[in-house]
Amino acid sequence: MTGWLDALIQGVLLGGLYALFAAGLSLMFGVMRLVNLAHGDIIVLAAFAILVVAGKLGLDPFVAVALAAPILFVIGFALQHVLLNRTLGRDLLPPLLVTFGLSIIIQNGLLQIFSADSQRLRSGAIETASIPLGGGIAIGVVPLLTLLSAIAVIVVLNMIFYRTPIGRAFRATSDDLEVAELMGIDISRIFATAMGLAFVVIAIAALYLGLRANFDPTIGPARLLYAFEAVIIGGLGSFWGTLAGGVVLGLAQTIGARIDPEWQILAGHLAFLVVLALRPRGLFPRAQD
Amino acid sequence: MPFLETRNLTAFYGDFQALYGIDTSLDKGETIAIIGANGAGKSTFLKAIAGLIHGTPDSVQLEGMPIGARGAADIVKLGIALVPEGRRLFPSLTVEENLLIGGYGRKIAGPWTLDRVYALFPILRERRSMATPALSGGQQQMAAIGRALMSNPRILLCDEISLGLAPIIIADIYAALPQIKAEGTSVVLVEQDIVQAMKVADRVYCFQEGRLSLTGRPRELTREQIHRAYFGS
Ligand SMILES: Nc1ncnc2c1ncn2[C@@H]1O[C@H](COP(=O)(O)OP(=O)(O)OP(=O)(O)O)[C@@H](O)[C@H]1O
Ligand SMILES: [Mg+2]
Repeated sequence: MTGWLDALIQGVLLGGLYALFAAGLSLMFGVMRLVNLAHGDIIVLAAFAILVVAGKLGLDPFVAVALAAPILFVIGFALQHVLLNRTLGRDLLPPLLVTFGLSIIIQNGLLQIFSADSQRLRSGAIETASIPLGGGIAIGVVPLLTLLSAIAVIVVLNMIFYRTPIGRAFRATSDDLEVAELMGIDISRIFATAMGLAFVVIAIAALYLGLRANFDPTIGPARLLYAFEAVIIGGLGSFWGTLAGGVVLGLAQTIGARIDPEWQILAGHLAFLVVLALRPRGLFPRAQD
Repeated sequence: MPFLETRNLTAFYGDFQALYGIDTSLDKGETIAIIGANGAGKSTFLKAIAGLIHGTPDSVQLEGMPIGARGAADIVKLGIALVPEGRRLFPSLTVEENLLIGGYGRKIAGPWTLDRVYALFPILRERRSMATPALSGGQQQMAAIGRALMSNPRILLCDEISLGLAPIIIADIYAALPQIKAEGTSVVLVEQDIVQAMKVADRVYCFQEGRLSLTGRPRELTREQIHRAYFGS
């Protein structure tokens, strides 16, 4: 019995990580209808960036991420402004091709620089610290921080989107590009800002990716898949939905693993298919479109 | 020098030419109406001024400044706002958010604020936190006009604001026009409703298949002239 309860708790916590992977993707899709096939690789890239910043400056990863975040904002802004904005239009294929190419470039670039060795972010005692809940169940401090960070990210994104002028501009642009321009909104700037913001979220996701497990340059595509599944399960255009999607995925995986360790990944994909079959628009679709 | 002028304005959709050398002018505080049959190019004309369609720089001039090649986001900052055909409110924004976004990045000081728009269209205040798809057609039109006003336009371009509305509602909406004009705003009205257009416009331009077919002051134009300018002879 405690085994199952443990699986539920760990599943929710794991869901926090998937929600972090997914939040950036959800943001990009929500604002610019961009399906970013390089999303997983960019998370891995950000993890390496934190590794380097932490290593070179001798900083704790939690501090390094605070330094890396503004840099990543600028990189995301520039990537959108210089490259991705040119691919967006009526045709859906160019952004897919370009981000797919980006994915390959990032993977191979990282392999060149860092080799295929697996790496890990080190943060001392906190990595293994856990809080006993009694009854033989304990929750790790890092997984707990992951979930809390995911919730914080979702709350902040919602505040930006629903309480600020730039958030209004994000939503208006996503509704109707042409009329958004008529309002004086500089579309390419808005898109670039959204991408910069997504990169900050990616930095946070990368921190926990690197703290919780080993990573190497090739694991990006699987993170993309989890992120994508979480976004679709939750319903496009809703950040709380994305969090719920991450949790559903995490739960499915830990429950699957509890039945048979080999079933972990498969159970996640099955949960995705079941949700898609029962609710094609996800659990919390936005009212319109 | 006219306030706003188009000179030999042309417009294309791909290979299709929608406007052929349109010359028009608008003075400060003046209201002009653009009339013409479906497909005559009226909306295209407004889009070209608003920067949604680009032409040669000289084809649109604001106080002599060439603005024909500028983008829409620039044009609104120069004080030209478009109320687009079909209203096109942002469906995921509330009424109030639609009005606020109308003032996004506005560069021009002026009289229009949320309170002024609500005073102009009091029903919008009651509906301020509703999503726009829940509004009636007339209310949506009021919100679309209010949204354009929030940029403090010196020139307001209105594309068929009476479309699909009951006569009494049209009268309500047109009743707001004098208050808008009282701020010194010039107005370009595209109207299918000729009677309405003739009533409020200082001058009328009639389009026919992308060309100007008639220009004049409403009182000086006869029914036959207008009929011919509309449909050709
Ligand atoms: N996006 C577009 N792509 C191709 N052709 C277009 C496009 N928009 C308009 N047209 C064509 O350009 C011509 C002028 O269209 P426009 O919308 O300016 O007419 P209009 O006078 O506003 O008509 P209506 O009274 O029906 O609104 C029409 O022949 C129309 O079919
Ligand atoms: Mg039209």
